[in-house]
Amino acid sequence: MNMVDKGVSIRAGSVDMTHGGGGRAMAELIADLFQRHLGNPILAQGNDGALLEPQNGRLVMSTDGHVISPLFFPGGDIGSLSVHGTLNDVAMTGARPLYLTAGFILEEGFPLADLERIVMSMARAAKEAGVPIVTGDTKVVEKGKGDGVFITTTGLGVVPDGVHVSVECAKPGQAVLLSGSIGDHGVAILSKRESLEFETEIRSDSAALHGMVAAMVEAVPGIAVLRDPTRGGLAATLNEIARTANVGMMLDEAMIPMKPDVAAACELLGLDPLYVANEGKLVCLCDAGDADVLLEVMRAHPLGGDAARIGTVIDDDVNLIQMKTGFGGTRVVDWLAGEQLPRIC
Amino acid sequence: MKYVDEFRAGDLAEKLARQIASEASADRTYHFMEFCGGHTHAIFRYGVQDLMPENVHFVHGPGCPVCVLPVRRLDDAVELAEKHGAILCSYGDMMRVPGTKQRSLIKAKADGADIRMVYSTLDALKIARDNPDRQVVFFAIGFETTTPPTAVAIKQAEAEGLENFSVFCNHVLTPPAIGHILDSDDFAPGGPAKIDGFLGPSHVSAVIGSKPYEAAAEKYQKPVVIAGFEPLDVMQSVLMLIRQVNEGRAEVENEYTRVVTREGNRKAQALTGEVLELRESFEWRGLGSVPHSALRIRDAYAFFDAEKRFTVSEKQSRETKSCECPAILRGVKKPTDCKLFGTVCTPENPMGSCMVSSEGACAAYWTYGRFRDPARQKADAA
Repeated sequence: MNMVDKGVSIRAGSVDMTHGGGGRAMAELIADLFQRHLGNPILAQGNDGALLEPQNGRLVMSTDGHVISPLFFPGGDIGSLSVHGTLNDVAMTGARPLYLTAGFILEEGFPLADLERIVMSMARAAKEAGVPIVTGDTKVVEKGKGDGVFITTTGLGVVPDGVHVSVECAKPGQAVLLSGSIGDHGVAILSKRESLEFETEIRSDSAALHGMVAAMVEAVPGIAVLRDPTRGGLAATLNEIARTANVGMMLDEAMIPMKPDVAAACELLGLDPLYVANEGKLVCLCDAGDADVLLEVMRAHPLGGDAARIGTVIDDDVNLIQMKTGFGGTRVVDWLAGEQLPRIC
Repeated sequence: MKYVDEFRAGDLAEKLARQIASEASADRTYHFMEFCGGHTHAIFRYGVQDLMPENVHFVHGPGCPVCVLPVRRLDDAVELAEKHGAILCSYGDMMRVPGTKQRSLIKAKADGADIRMVYSTLDALKIARDNPDRQVVFFAIGFETTTPPTAVAIKQAEAEGLENFSVFCNHVLTPPAIGHILDSDDFAPGGPAKIDGFLGPSHVSAVIGSKPYEAAAEKYQKPVVIAGFEPLDVMQSVLMLIRQVNEGRAEVENEYTRVVTREGNRKAQALTGEVLELRESFEWRGLGSVPHSALRIRDAYAFFDAEKRFTVSEKQSRETKSCECPAILRGVKKPTDCKLFGTVCTPENPMGSCMVSSEGACAAYWTYGRFRDPARQKADAA
């Protein structure tokens, strides 16, 4: 088989059970598609496990399964998202991500051309982030038992000395910072959902945040908490922090950045943007005195141009997130009950 | 966002709050029922109660469409999907409402029933077109706002010859419910519930107009102000109600003039009338049997009536024991008066319908309002 044939078979072919069977078809899929696009010296070792160099510092590990529908959306696809999502989870400990792994569950009948598009997108995202995918796995399930493709990625990183970013560091009096506008990812996904398609300029904010995090921890090593408000949106993330750290928060609605298109789409669909997912934003809790320095660092980064101080951590036994509304009243920003948007990340 | 921000402006709210405080008479209380869940939601979402003087109270009414649907009808819908193998299309809010033994559409779906959340009747028609060998039932619920789209869907299905499509019709009407509430013993002089006036429905009134409330305002001597769903609409309407009460008037006034006329949307009314007709009586969760309060599909369109196409079994449908939804829907009790509120009944695990929809009084109270409980209760007691 020459290279031209391989190209044709990927363009016209689809996943079948032999691609997960451990035979030649599987080996070819790995060589022609995964290694070809994701290739790096560690992946090329060809061992069952990737041998990694020793690291100085505390290691951080995080894993994330991606089951998004639709697979391709404005501003990204499941491939880039699976890289960004895990890099961000690693970065939210203040760490510098070093390596990624990727596990694919493919559904029988899934077009190989789509798979290639996804793998190329992963390769691009990993390259931009400077973090290689060093080992992986592929399984095939029968038609009807998957949804095209599911991707699980795991990330490994190392935390710089002197940095201790952790949710229990949240304390009353700290400032709550947000790196940019909320709801972009969720609205972009919704706009492409079957039965709900609508025209919008909004693109997913899917992006790797570790570059901005590195600049932030360098400027203020004492950052208390970092979180990326993905599933369940800003509201879920702040509630998780409040409950774990046994604090409350008071937010100022007017300070929370939101794009007019996102606000309009949410208004139309009856959604509260506070609960809509983001994939390229972070929440930061820090000492009030460090807030301005951090905001400056965030705003100087391409992913943090709209960064804002949106509230303050307060003492509260029942861990409520309250918000001064733009209207002049106060409301509780509670946990999301059930699912507002099914399966968006 | 243009045409929305204008109705949520904090500076105007402050001015209106001052006006309300200066006109509300200090030697009396005002209890206004907001009939619609949309108003309940706005009051909590924007913290409107914070801007009211302490003697102005909102009484949350029964206008949450999913809250008033009786358990029996929900059980029937589940049966359509489970026993008759139909694809059941439902508005999202309905998915989590508990039926008998806490069984909701979402639980039935998890057990294998083909239940799909739709945003409009158009989605349900598309599903019927895409699945010609399956029966597709649209679970039609709601007040006069959602009624015209159901009528249009039935006409559309007939025009296309969509023989696998039918509608399980549960549409209910607002004016009979208001009359029924005011007729009940709860609101008799000396009864447990007080209402000095109504914030009238906004979207419902866009369809039916403001005229249908005039009889009730006259008969029961209660002012009605048709109010938009934005928070400034609510505040302006409260001010108009206070003025009516202070002046001893009981009229239907229209604050929501940018949308509502006295006659309403005649085209929508005509369409609805062509396809749907009054039921003799219909069971409401909380209100019991209310005469002439709901719609069914006319004989001319009986082919698309799921109640005629399928035979549902007799069943013993039951509300959750000690759930106070019925009394809360009538405005007689507050969510916090219910023993289940916040203990076994939460939005994650709703026991009653009022805890499900974001328009339900209990869910709104839990999500947006409970933190101010102690302060408010103190004020109420004083």
